[in-house]
Amino acid sequence: MADEAPFQFLHSEVIEYIYKSADSGEVENGRNITKLENMGLRVGQGLIERLTKDTARFKDELDIMKFICKDFWTCVFKKQIDNLRTNHQGIYVLQDNKFRLLSHLSAGKQYLEHAPKYLAFTCGLVRGALSNLGVKSIVTAEVSVMPACKFQVMIQKS
Amino acid sequence: MSRQSNRTTDSKKMNSELFTLTYGALVTQLCKDYENDEEVNKQLDKMGYNIGVRLIEDFLARSSIGRCQDFRETADVIAKVAFKMYLGITPSVTNWSPAGDEFSLILESNPLVDFVELPDNHSTLIYSNLLCGVLRGALEMVQMAVDVKFVQDTLRGDNVTEIRMKFIKRIEENVPAGDE
Repeated sequence: MADEAPFQFLHSEVIEYIYKSADSGEVENGRNITKLENMGLRVGQGLIERLTKDTARFKDELDIMKFICKDFWTCVFKKQIDNLRTNHQGIYVLQDNKFRLLSHLSAGKQYLEHAPKYLAFTCGLVRGALSNLGVKSIVTAEVSVMPACKFQVMIQKS
Repeated sequence: MSRQSNRTTDSKKMNSELFTLTYGALVTQLCKDYENDEEVNKQLDKMGYNIGVRLIEDFLARSSIGRCQDFRETADVIAKVAFKMYLGITPSVTNWSPAGDEFSLILESNPLVDFVELPDNHSTLIYSNLLCGVLRGALEMVQMAVDVKFVQDTLRGDNVTEIRMKFIKRIEENVPAGDE
């Protein structure tokens, strides 16, 4: 849909910007991923506030995660998370089989090493959304086969 | 707030908020990275240009609009098709120069600046400057060299947001872009 395009183009350009002046060393790469994640964090916090303005209180942590998988994901990516798994001890794995922000990179192995750049912002988005719902977490992502990816959410008990 | 919430309208609105918030995060990051507003403005323009040169293909694919006959038609397509398609707004096209090579786009509302206030120490920041770069880059890909700039900005206290577009020249097809 056309209205997704501005965000996707902007997201790609932000990644280009963050990476262009940096060396390709491991330290720099880590710093860049952090920058992207932090940007996503702020956006996630703002977005979840707008999205849940009129929503009823969540029953529990699982309820919150389901909201992220359905409503939040639909709002941001126009589709739901395809698979949610949990160990019922604070770890959740969200699987998206056709992640929108990876779909422009060709499937297969060649761009695998660049995939993390395209996931960092979204990790921050999820972490930000959860944080404004009162849930502290660490969110990481991995890609095994493009364009499918998994977001791992580790709830931090304070 | 309306009680009758239409799911589709909500999700469309939310999607534009995603863009607005992301844009805000970008400008914030640029202000951190660069010491002065002028640099940020330049960077926004450059990034916009990079987006524009790719966006034009997306636009042409989605809209199947043919070649514009003249600059007036270009203006209409930009305002009524492109802006509507991507940002959900339709600026008005006004203030044509007598030679027909310059016009203004008046935006009653600018989705990029929802929730935004400029702090006092950034009074020369052209917050939405990305848009100028996008328009410039996109038109360059269809062989038009244009100059685009903001002449009024609601963020800086004006009543409306006004973008002025000036046609510079036609770019010959066999000259690589940027070869002046």
